[in-house]
Amino acid sequence: MAKHHIEAIVNGDPVEFLCDTEETLLDVLRDTLNLTGSKEGCASGDCGACSVTLDGRLVCSCLVLGCEVGGRRIETIEGMAEGERLHPLQQRFLEHAALQCGICTPGFLVASKALLERTPEPTEHEIRYWLAGNLCRCTGYDKIVSAVKDAAATMRKG
Amino acid sequence: MRYEAPESVEGAVALLSAATGETRVLAGGTDLLVQMRADVVDPDLIVDIKRIAETRSITEERGGWRIGAAVTGAELKEHPRLKKVWPGVIEAANLIGSTQIQGRATLGGNLCNGSPAADSVPALIAAGAVATLAGPQGRRDLPVEDVMLGPRKLALKKGEIIVSFLLPPRPPRSSDAYLRFIPRTEMDIAVVGAGVSLSLDGSGTISGARVSLGAVAARVLLVQEAAQAIIGSRLDLAAQQRLEAAARAACRPIDDKRGTIEFRTDVAAVLARRAALIALDRARTS
Ligand SMILES: Cc1cc2nc3c(=O)[nH]c(=O)nc-3n(C[C@H](O)[C@H](O)[C@H](O)COP(=O)(O)OP(=O)(O)OC[C@H]3O[C@@H](n4cnc5c(N)ncnc54)[C@H](O)[C@@H]3O)c2cc1C
Ligand code: FES
Ligand code: FES
Repeated sequence: MAKHHIEAIVNGDPVEFLCDTEETLLDVLRDTLNLTGSKEGCASGDCGACSVTLDGRLVCSCLVLGCEVGGRRIETIEGMAEGERLHPLQQRFLEHAALQCGICTPGFLVASKALLERTPEPTEHEIRYWLAGNLCRCTGYDKIVSAVKDAAATMRKG
Repeated sequence: MRYEAPESVEGAVALLSAATGETRVLAGGTDLLVQMRADVVDPDLIVDIKRIAETRSITEERGGWRIGAAVTGAELKEHPRLKKVWPGVIEAANLIGSTQIQGRATLGGNLCNGSPAADSVPALIAAGAVATLAGPQGRRDLPVEDVMLGPRKLALKKGEIIVSFLLPPRPPRSSDAYLRFIPRTEMDIAVVGAGVSLSLDGSGTISGARVSLGAVAARVLLVQEAAQAIIGSRLDLAAQQRLEAAARAACRPIDDKRGTIEFRTDVAAVLARRAALIALDRARTS
């Protein structure tokens, strides 16, 4: 069967790609569009390393088909920093040492950004529940939660 | 593997009815894509129903609410009014997976995946929700408790899809609740789930009730005896004990690493009682 020809918006830019039906959005991002920031930890929706937003909604890109996203807006970790200027979340993750191996980090950052867009002043409880679908084998989560709280405070100051 | 995303219900039904090989409807994909990846299913045709407006909308209808089968958990939660009228349905839908899963998972998918442990199904059954199906012979309505026949077995015929669910009009002093037991707080499959919906008369006596239990039998159960046990009462201790006994008697669970038969039966009784108390409390203040 012929490949699907898809046009979508990725990090604000129009993109076109060809994909097979079985290819996931994560496959397309990493292997076709060379956006390798999104990671594959499990390919089953459990770890959140592949988190992106689709029309503003946080999803696991491993559970979206590439051919589903025609006309849709996708935001990935590559769209987070503005040139050399890190997003406050990225900056705070560094300062709080909220990462070790870093595999989970793009997913945590994308998910945390989606949280702060909806809830600028989240409680620790809200942060932990919102991020329950992001797994980290290294940090023990506390530093991640502190970094998100701190970034939220920075962003509220503007 | 072919992929189609029709924009009408008729288009989806025509594609599914005409297909010769294995077909699958695609809603949020949070079950389907996992199963495809694990080689449990290998469809020849996938029909994505998310571009059909009817499956994606929430509308008021004859005093009740019609919820499209492909509305996501996140959209249900954000709806300004549903949560007040059907807090149990919304809390059940919002227990499905993580934030990411909520962004995609749908009520139609949760039901049609055919798991006896599906979290939103006991809440929908307790609510008296009716599924509207569309197929080659046209449309028909089926109470949610009649959709699932057993694990992975549905009453849907070839070419049929669920288009939407209708939640009935709500009398005053009515509410619902859903509780599940899992060994941790998030991201796990229900060992037992219990949904209760009830209405009170002016004096605070229960005038109507529906009780549903998940993960304690081959399909999600509507337990009429449990509802009868509390109708006419104010959920005093004796009524609570009758409710527990009826819930216990309805259980035909499996024994597995997630819970023994005895444990599941005990927990079903406790959750049914607690869900009824929460629903009662909500109904009093609604
Ligand atoms: C990490 C993770 C955590 C999860 N946690 C939970 C949980 O806590 N509780 C829980 O209950 N489930 C859980 N699930 C399972 C799943 O997310 C839910 O069952 C979800 O509601 C499925 O909806 P969907 O739209 O993604 O379905 P899909 O995967 O799109 O579809 C599921 C099945 O239903 C069929 N189908 C879908 N819509 C229709 C329709 N309208 N008409 C006919 N057939 C249809 C599909 O063909 C497929 O066979 C979890 C899954 C993951 C990956
Ligand atoms: S790779 Fe998508 S959730 Fe783990
Ligand atoms: S930093 Fe290694 S998994 Fe999170």
